[in-house]
Amino acid sequence: MPPRFADAAAVRAGLAAVDYLCDDPIAGVVYLADRLEKPVLVEGPAGTGKTQLAKSVAEATGSRLIRLQCYEGLDEAKALYEWNYKKQLLRIQAERGSERSWDGISDDIFSDEFLLARPLLEAIRATDPVVLLIDEVDRVEVETEALLLELLSDYQVSIPELGTLEANQVPLVFLTSNSTRELSEALKRRCLYLHIDYPDVEREKQIVLTKVPGIAESLADQVARVVRSIRRLDLKKSPSVSETLDWARTLVLLGADRIDAELAVQTANILLKYQSDIAKAAKELAAADGVSPDLSPAAAAAG
Amino acid sequence: MTAATAAGAPAGAGDRLLGLLNGFIAELRAAGIPTSLTESLDAMEAVKHVPIQDRETFKHALAATLVKNQSHWRAFETVFEVYFSLRGPEYALDAADGPGDPDDEGLLDGPGDGAGAGDALTPEDLAEMLYRALMSGDGAMMRAAARQSVRRYGGMEPGRPVGGTYYLYRTLRNLDLDGVLERLLRQAQDASGSASAPLDQRLRRDEYEHRIERLKKEIEAEIRRRLVADRGIEAMARTLRKPLPEDVDFMHASREEMIDLRKAIHPLTRKLAVRLARKRRHRRRGPLDFRSTVRHSLSYGGVPAEPKFRHPRPHKPEIMVVADVSGSVAAFARFTLQLVYAISSQFSKVRSFAFIDGLDEVTRFFEGTDDVGEAVHRVNAEADVVWVDGHSDYGHALGVFWGRYGADVGPRTTVMILGDARNNYHAAESWIVKAISDKARQVYWLNPEPRSYWDTGDSIVSQYAGFCDGVFEVRNLRQLSAFVDHLA
Repeated sequence: MPPRFADAAAVRAGLAAVDYLCDDPIAGVVYLADRLEKPVLVEGPAGTGKTQLAKSVAEATGSRLIRLQCYEGLDEAKALYEWNYKKQLLRIQAERGSERSWDGISDDIFSDEFLLARPLLEAIRATDPVVLLIDEVDRVEVETEALLLELLSDYQVSIPELGTLEANQVPLVFLTSNSTRELSEALKRRCLYLHIDYPDVEREKQIVLTKVPGIAESLADQVARVVRSIRRLDLKKSPSVSETLDWARTLVLLGADRIDAELAVQTANILLKYQSDIAKAAKELAAADGVSPDLSPAAAAAG
Repeated sequence: MTAATAAGAPAGAGDRLLGLLNGFIAELRAAGIPTSLTESLDAMEAVKHVPIQDRETFKHALAATLVKNQSHWRAFETVFEVYFSLRGPEYALDAADGPGDPDDEGLLDGPGDGAGAGDALTPEDLAEMLYRALMSGDGAMMRAAARQSVRRYGGMEPGRPVGGTYYLYRTLRNLDLDGVLERLLRQAQDASGSASAPLDQRLRRDEYEHRIERLKKEIEAEIRRRLVADRGIEAMARTLRKPLPEDVDFMHASREEMIDLRKAIHPLTRKLAVRLARKRRHRRRGPLDFRSTVRHSLSYGGVPAEPKFRHPRPHKPEIMVVADVSGSVAAFARFTLQLVYAISSQFSKVRSFAFIDGLDEVTRFFEGTDDVGEAVHRVNAEADVVWVDGHSDYGHALGVFWGRYGADVGPRTTVMILGDARNNYHAAESWIVKAISDKARQVYWLNPEPRSYWDTGDSIVSQYAGFCDGVFEVRNLRQLSAFVDHLA
């Protein structure tokens, strides 16, 4: 199978065409993942576009996206494959009158026809190009991670009754994690590692410009700068990119053409979701010299 | 270099790169970053696919294959800078020195030399250059300014056995970046007219501070480059080797390390809280419920075919933290309190006490606030923990604890005593620990000193240890989180 991207610049251009603006590290790792045929483990704060990266790569390469959402209690039957018991029973009943031996039947009912493919197996068996997204992998238990290992290193799935199914084509695999726990060494070893942090001002401005229709460039620039200033504070939860976008949309709806301290503190509740954070940001934004300090309690009340 | 040209390149170049990478990976391991064999093979494979001239891409390719933990990034970056700092055309050291100064000695021209091409710049010129670079925020200009500043002010001498921080300090002191920041702000203020909104001022200040940070990084990198040229890669890598955030010793952390620690503790508490909550939910079933089993056996004709179990009663311990907050161990107490409060939802109640030679309950500072850092600050400022002279007196402090709060210690209480047990030769009063231990569910002693120092000098850990359920050496975040995990 030919590589999907010619070089890192091609990744960047391809993703930009589907409105995903990535920086050089992201493009570089996606390119390497394609060349080395390795999965990518994407970590980073919530709302920085980890899942969106996989979706956008799928869109940019014209591949089908197969998604496995992880949760506590995820098991083989939900992630890999399952035998279709009902169909197997029907089959056995249908054979009841005939002369066939049990061996024949059992060979028969453990065949491809009775296999229900779950996302991981589906990605392996697909003949069209696919991108496999294993979302929030940190939510499964450590033991369940082991389910993924064979797939991630060899792109194959072993089914005791059938033998080993190898991949028809090597899918591009993305695993995302919010790092609520340390992933096992075994899993990390098999992946390329990509940490997506909050974008820098310039990139965030571009993202706002791309995703918020009708926003003036000066406003987008100001939005990105204010958000950076807020992220520099010591907060419980920094604003994510999606919250930046929500905020920018709100400002556009409000018909604002520039942000002043008052507007910023009034709408801070879109960016920040904790009362203590809102109060702190309001205080900081209004405290730039010259503003009467009585703004801050009002701002706290507004939140 | 693309994959094709890499293959076609003379074998010598490939071997050199391989050797360099090998040394690089060995140094990563020495710095504590776990790098497996397969990962290093991946790294070698990866660099075939990226252009080596492009330093950033090359760095990220190595990082993607070798560093699988964000907190190791900084250590990785340092090693990378050392190993690959002299490579790449725009990083050639003589670039700024001009063709007239090709010899290596020129790199380390001090201000006293007076002959190097770089000294043509007067301090005023340099200040102007710096100012313009910061004004425009242009990367190449900043790099040039950083290079000139180090040449002018670093005063680097070949073979002088001082660390990079010394040169950094010398350079920064001469640059007066605070003054430059003020000038930039004033300039911007004048340009935009006097009635500029405070928010704009704030944003501008943030922008310039950000640029100055970048400049400082450039200066640091420049100094490192020169040092590497002087001393060689291996020696430099060894001097720069620093413990990873989770291995930094609480008691000997530098100011920068403290800031890193504070940053590291937040994700750590989050991970710990999730893990504990999960562990609790998945606790095995409780003991056999005999009554219920018999009742259910009726539907099987009296055969107890389906054993029933009690619901597990998750014990939520009540925690009492008794922390020595005297100078030597204050940082340790701070992190422990922070961690305990961050996961306080796992405990039914948390009370905290601080002492030096007197003792005071400090629970009230932590109640109703989200900001543990602030609370710790108030503990230091407001709590009444000094009795006589402000030197640790465990005996007296424990006596006060027992007298005032001893009645509150019950069979559900876990008591954690934090301190180095350096008692300044006061009376130990270890019977109090025994008395607490008799009443409490558990008593743990956490000592931030290395085990080999225990019971040396005025340390009397072993006098208390006999009455505790466990005495732990807790010197870094790794040990601390392991202990808290064990606790809940």
